Amino acid sequence: MSETAVPLTTKKDWSSDQEVRWCPGCGDYGILQAVQQLMPDLGIRNENTVFISGIGCSSRFPYYMNTYGMHSIHGRAPAIATGLAVARPDLDVWVITGDGDGLSIGGNHLIHALRRNVNLKILLFNNRIYGLTKGQYSPTSEVGKVTKSTPFGSIDPPFNPLSVALGAEASFVARTHDLDRKHMMETFKAAHDHRGASFVEIYQNCNVFNDGQFNDITKRTVRDEMMIDLVHGEPIVFGADQQRGVTMGRDGFLRIVEVADVGIDNIVRHDTSSPYPSLAFALARLNQDDHSPTPFGIFRDIERPEYTAAVGAQLAQASESKGPGDLTALLRSNGTWTVN
Amino acid sequence: MNDTIDRSDSTVLDRLVVRFAGDSGDGMQLTGDRFTSVSASFGNDLSTLPDFPAEIRAPAGTVNGVSSFQVHISDHDITTPGDEPNVLVAMNPAALKADLHRLETGGTLIINEDAFDERNLEKAGYDANPLDDGSLAGYRLIKVPMTSITKEACEPLGVKPRDAERSKNFFALGLVSFMYTRPIEPTLEWINQKFGKNEQVAGANTAAFKAGFHFGETTEQVGHRYEVRPADLPNGEYTSITGNTALAWGLVAAGQLAKLPITLGSYPITPASDILHELSKHKHFGIRTVQAEDEIAAVGMALGAAFAGHLGITTTSGPGVALKSETISLAVAIELPLLVIDIQRGGPSTGLPTKTEAADLNLAMFGRHGEAPLPIVASYSPAQCFHAAIEAARIALKYRTPVILLSDGYLANGSEPWLIPDVDSLPDISVSFQTEFNGTDDEGNPIYLPYLRDDDTLARPWAIPGTPGLMHRVGGLEKADKTGNVNYTPQNHQLMGDLRQAKIERIAADYDPTEVRGDADADICLLTWGSTYAAVHAAWQRQRRDGHQLAWIHLEHLNPLPNDLGDLLRRFPKILVPELNKGQLCNIVRGKYLVDAKSVSKMSGLPFRTKEIEDAIEEARS
Repeated sequence: MSETAVPLTTKKDWSSDQEVRWCPGCGDYGILQAVQQLMPDLGIRNENTVFISGIGCSSRFPYYMNTYGMHSIHGRAPAIATGLAVARPDLDVWVITGDGDGLSIGGNHLIHALRRNVNLKILLFNNRIYGLTKGQYSPTSEVGKVTKSTPFGSIDPPFNPLSVALGAEASFVARTHDLDRKHMMETFKAAHDHRGASFVEIYQNCNVFNDGQFNDITKRTVRDEMMIDLVHGEPIVFGADQQRGVTMGRDGFLRIVEVADVGIDNIVRHDTSSPYPSLAFALARLNQDDHSPTPFGIFRDIERPEYTAAVGAQLAQASESKGPGDLTALLRSNGTWTVN
Repeated sequence: MNDTIDRSDSTVLDRLVVRFAGDSGDGMQLTGDRFTSVSASFGNDLSTLPDFPAEIRAPAGTVNGVSSFQVHISDHDITTPGDEPNVLVAMNPAALKADLHRLETGGTLIINEDAFDERNLEKAGYDANPLDDGSLAGYRLIKVPMTSITKEACEPLGVKPRDAERSKNFFALGLVSFMYTRPIEPTLEWINQKFGKNEQVAGANTAAFKAGFHFGETTEQVGHRYEVRPADLPNGEYTSITGNTALAWGLVAAGQLAKLPITLGSYPITPASDILHELSKHKHFGIRTVQAEDEIAAVGMALGAAFAGHLGITTTSGPGVALKSETISLAVAIELPLLVIDIQRGGPSTGLPTKTEAADLNLAMFGRHGEAPLPIVASYSPAQCFHAAIEAARIALKYRTPVILLSDGYLANGSEPWLIPDVDSLPDISVSFQTEFNGTDDEGNPIYLPYLRDDDTLARPWAIPGTPGLMHRVGGLEKADKTGNVNYTPQNHQLMGDLRQAKIERIAADYDPTEVRGDADADICLLTWGSTYAAVHAAWQRQRRDGHQLAWIHLEHLNPLPNDLGDLLRRFPKILVPELNKGQLCNIVRGKYLVDAKSVSKMSGLPFRTKEIEDAIEEARS
């Protein structure tokens, strides 16, 4: 609110005095570290920053940030954050959610916050399991997953969180993972700099109920072959020597190829700014078979009218055309008569 | 006041109840509304009851599709839309079938006889034409070919007969205006204003209205004219207002009086949507309205806005309150101001969306998980919804608590003349945000304690984002006293539960002493809340006029109940509690005060008739 320069801060200034209570070894620690370390670089003030969460392991997050915060109820964080942002567009509002909170009980609020393009930074911790309730399958768990509530294997096809976000017309969509602090910080910074709703899926390991879920992708020994680093404007290549790439066939499908076989000019060039979400959508589903490499980074980053600004514009317009509200006049606006 | 009507030959009535009934597409709500406005500006006291189906267009001509508007006008102070209409205007056989039983014996029946053809009779379920078979002999029957006269009147304007037919409601209004000596200029002006952009429609409606009026003048069927003179109302400037408009304006006023911007989160639901519509118009008052994706989001948005320092409001009906329950409990836990407006309707489930009921008291009182007490305010007349909204906001802000305000479908759509209050006479309900540290840590450093309470109100401080130094986290997990840190210890949970309860109980200290109207030493005391006020007021007046002793207590605050209520009730041997539910308040006072209160229950989707209340009183007396 103040006009003076934003004071320099350190990671410590953004950490609250509360003891962090996640299980030892949880992926959430890495994400918290990345966020706390990033905050001093964003040029914002603690008092103008708000973290809103729902329910679940990840949703304890706001307690650990030295900002304003609300640990709300299951699934409703995007709605509560929308009200907060509409009331106070001057604030920096972050939503912390998980695969159960954001895609199951709160799926409706998530898609509508994205559709409206409310200026929120939504971080979805995806560990593909219900941790806080001690190990039931989640809406992102794979078919066949054996959990406490699916002793014979899950029969529910999972959501792809990025497909959901893109289908809801999200203007910023990205994916990162809990083992790479630098990548997380870059991705969160880009999400913060985006005007509108930013959606970031974070692959997060639950070492108690779903340990190693993402090992086949993010373990150091397989990373080169299984992770694709998306860079805007660059050909989509990966591998130890960048020898593999993504090409689009005449049928419109994306395929993994050896760059040498097709030539670099036939490798798809990544474009986060395209008004058409089809490339982002296809990339989001590249690993749908769980054996293909998984793209990370920013899938989509486009400009679209932001909701709280539109709300503010209508208010300003109304004040301009009608002047400030006059209660005395309002009470007489439906016609009156006088009794003498 | 334009009034050029010759009333030299009319007979004076002290009151009149007219019911306009027709097909949903016949414009009966508009017709009734016009008759009401003209009567209001003429100076009558009045009360209205719109009664329409939930279907937007039920099959035309069927009883299910009948839409009615009842209006009671008088030359004295009244509160109800009248038990029995003196006049029934029936635009088709279905309307006659649906509403004839309401008409007083010997009442006036005005019929659009053009609509009584074989097809319409069959759709309404008549075997024989009631206009011909003598079954209406007990009424003063006025048969008028409204459709054909309207078409003829519009012909010179070049209006197609099909379009002209739509103006027949204005014919009916013109005829009734003549018969009951209503001024015509305001309606002609209104038609011009409303339809001026479409010359043909304005012309057709004007022609139809005048044709109806002249038909009354010339036909011998109508005969004598009647009038209802202006009521002796207190001097001042009046407007005619519905409960939902009054409530919406009360919310606008609350924002101004609290010096806070308003954020409304709402999901459309009958009969509450009009409040969303009304507030959406007033953005220049700093009111933000969001039509949310669902009821849960709507209250979430209001709560998010409250955390941000706005007056957060959500408007809904019973099914919506059920969905919002978990968020309201969160608001209880995090102790932020929040207004939840419940315009009650018939339930359970979708129930009777367009009919009234007052059966959400239990929901408001008990419909949350855990011990989650909150204040409940109930409005009791259309215009009083304005003050009820301000009172609900006052309590929410002062005590940092969600408040449920109960109105109902009858108040929402009913209207009455309202002596417009002087804005300067309205209360200042502003509160201060916390901007400074209010405690010290173990080492003596200044800190912010978000759950350090005010000694008098037990309210916690309200520090909003943007305030340097006071960063804090709230949430649904049990909070430690003072620090607000997560705390699961047995002593703390006991303490916090006690404090939340005590805070709500302290609100009763703000109330004026409870008024016992009428005879304090009567045997019988009526106890009411909400819109039941209207019929009970009329019954109570009549009973006392007839020489009976009778006491009456009306409650505007349902939680906490007034501190003096138990002692007052214990004075009366008999307590009657008329409610549009199965005895919800009755059970509460029986449980709380161990008094032998008796429920007078009605659950038909309609408000009490005065006579029903009088019958209950007489039964109790005997």
